[in-house]
Amino acid sequence: MSYASSLYFTGTEIGLSLAGLVLLLVVAWTGAKSARVITILAVSALVGAIAFTASLPTGSPADGFNSAFGGLLRMDSFAVFAKILIYLATIACLIITPRFFEERDGYRGEYPVLMLFGAIGMGMMVSATNLMTLYIGLELSSLSSYVFASFLRSDWRSNEAGLKYFILGALASGIILYGMSLVYGFAGTTDYSGIRAAFSTHFPIGALFGVVFVLAGLAFKIAAVPFHMWTPDVYEGAPTPVTAFFASAPKVAAIGMLVRMALVPFGGEVEAWRQIVIFASIASIVVGALGAIGQQNLKRLLAYSSINNVGFLLVGLAAATPAGASAILIYLVIYVAMTLGSFSALLMLRDKEGQPLETFADISGLSTTRPGLAWCLLFVMFSLAGIPPLFGFWAKFVVFQAAVQAGLVPLAAIGIAASVIGAFYYLRFIKVMFFDESKREPEQTSPMGHWVVLVVSVIVISPLGYFATPWLGSVASQAAAALFAVA
Amino acid sequence: MIQTIAFYLFAVIVVASAVMVISARNPVHSVLWLILAFFNAAGLMVLVGAEFIAMLLVIVYVGAVAVLFLFVVMMLDIDFAELRSGFVKNFPFGMLIALVLAVELIFGIGAWQIGGIQLGLAQGAGHMADAHSNIASLGAVLYGQYLFLFEAAGLILLVAMVGAIVLTHRERRAVRGQQNISKQVARRPDEATVMKSPESGKGIEL
Repeated sequence: MSYASSLYFTGTEIGLSLAGLVLLLVVAWTGAKSARVITILAVSALVGAIAFTASLPTGSPADGFNSAFGGLLRMDSFAVFAKILIYLATIACLIITPRFFEERDGYRGEYPVLMLFGAIGMGMMVSATNLMTLYIGLELSSLSSYVFASFLRSDWRSNEAGLKYFILGALASGIILYGMSLVYGFAGTTDYSGIRAAFSTHFPIGALFGVVFVLAGLAFKIAAVPFHMWTPDVYEGAPTPVTAFFASAPKVAAIGMLVRMALVPFGGEVEAWRQIVIFASIASIVVGALGAIGQQNLKRLLAYSSINNVGFLLVGLAAATPAGASAILIYLVIYVAMTLGSFSALLMLRDKEGQPLETFADISGLSTTRPGLAWCLLFVMFSLAGIPPLFGFWAKFVVFQAAVQAGLVPLAAIGIAASVIGAFYYLRFIKVMFFDESKREPEQTSPMGHWVVLVVSVIVISPLGYFATPWLGSVASQAAAALFAVA
Repeated sequence: MIQTIAFYLFAVIVVASAVMVISARNPVHSVLWLILAFFNAAGLMVLVGAEFIAMLLVIVYVGAVAVLFLFVVMMLDIDFAELRSGFVKNFPFGMLIALVLAVELIFGIGAWQIGGIQLGLAQGAGHMADAHSNIASLGAVLYGQYLFLFEAAGLILLVAMVGAIVLTHRERRAVRGQQNISKQVARRPDEATVMKSPESGKGIEL
């Protein structure tokens, strides 16, 4: 490993940090009036980061040439895949953000800058091959998230969401850190392959405690049951563009980090963590499906939907096979598209005064008042429900296929049963929009950016997405192979 | 010999100033005694060859933490006399904690004396093979091996700072009206005065 190659493989982080620092200076001098320009510049920095990441040589999975700084992080094809997805989701969130804040407290240039720093943290999370890198990336992305949650300072719900998220996030970080210290104590190293080597001969009971603590903390971060209680409150209270962000990019990062952590350092002790993951998975699917049924607030409902989706993602992790890991990556792509589509539609739902329409009663009869929007939402909801012609079905299919191949037939059966229950509330959206009487008159026009995000995500999840399956499948399985080659 | 004298000098001043920290009536004096304690503790660290920790004590504790304490003491209106009024009531509890600490110390030192605990030595396993000072060794690790993490930790601090400012900073308009001289000078008589010719007995409507 030379210094030059280390710098080359961390090029995205370095480039994004420099962009963030320069933009921060610009914000400091020009103030709030340049916020939109800063947003555009931040988006172009992220586009540059995507281009650079995509151009990195990933090589064959086995050779470690893409390790940087003595194994602190690895830019393998798994990291490249997850990073590009994270940056794309961040860009989409930046596009749909400005109008929301401009109409309330005022949009500020610090928002896109913090978004860039958060993106750096998330990139570090998915490429970390050392517990220290992982923790620093996690904190970098979490700290910017706490700020986003309470960005709407005049709104007490936003403040409450920020405080709740901060306290529970800090608690989760502490739990993770404690677990890491146990793992470090028993393995004698923080390096992933070193931990795996140390545990391959002897796996002490204390290290098992460490693994459980780390998994519990990570379950907090991905909002898996039983550590999901904060999700509905935070998702409802946080400003809607911020909720869109929480449900997309950080979730990809946390899942990516969890997958790498479970399969690389603890990959030799699959039996030690598999039952935990299976429990969290079933519980998340069931709680996500049942909890959403009574909800009237659309943001709360989408929060339960994200808990439900995390459960399906964990099904793929429980398989602990390359097929399972690649299924998770495919699921993540489709999940991000569905999430961003539903939240940008939610942002477009406003009445004539610009007040958000946030409950089921508000969107009744949308098919007559805003037919275009209603049809897009129909696609998104059918896809979330996993109804076959749409791409959401494919996501669930690959995950369950991986679980069945790994011999987890009962898990797959429970998951499929619960996804039928979950379909109820997605279909309720469609019933309310298409078959109920319209009560409130929604605003007729929406900004271009929101439409672009919505239409792009609808195209991704439409049956057209199936044309991409051979390509997506091969990229995802190559990325998943990178995790298993380390062992 | 000179080392022993220096050790006792520093140690006595540390203990004495620590006593003064808790017994000084004026809280500002307490902080100043604390700074003296930090300086002498730094001297003790130099004596045992830990010059990096000595520098940290001076730079971080004296330079930042103690100054922060001073700010807090000076800016917050805390009635320290009232804080101290619970002293007699809490004295038995405090003595209990002190007793526990003393017993722990006796056990620890006793175990070491009879050979139950092996203390790390300067030539032990963690000892640097090369003859660099510990500042040079720490620097090589922080800015070499872990440069990436070090810089990323710096970014975390930056994000925390920006976040705190974003969430709390408000631009306040001046409450009193400010004098705009050019506006005053440009004021014309016809903007300031109105000519009225009221009919008698009807009053005037402005």
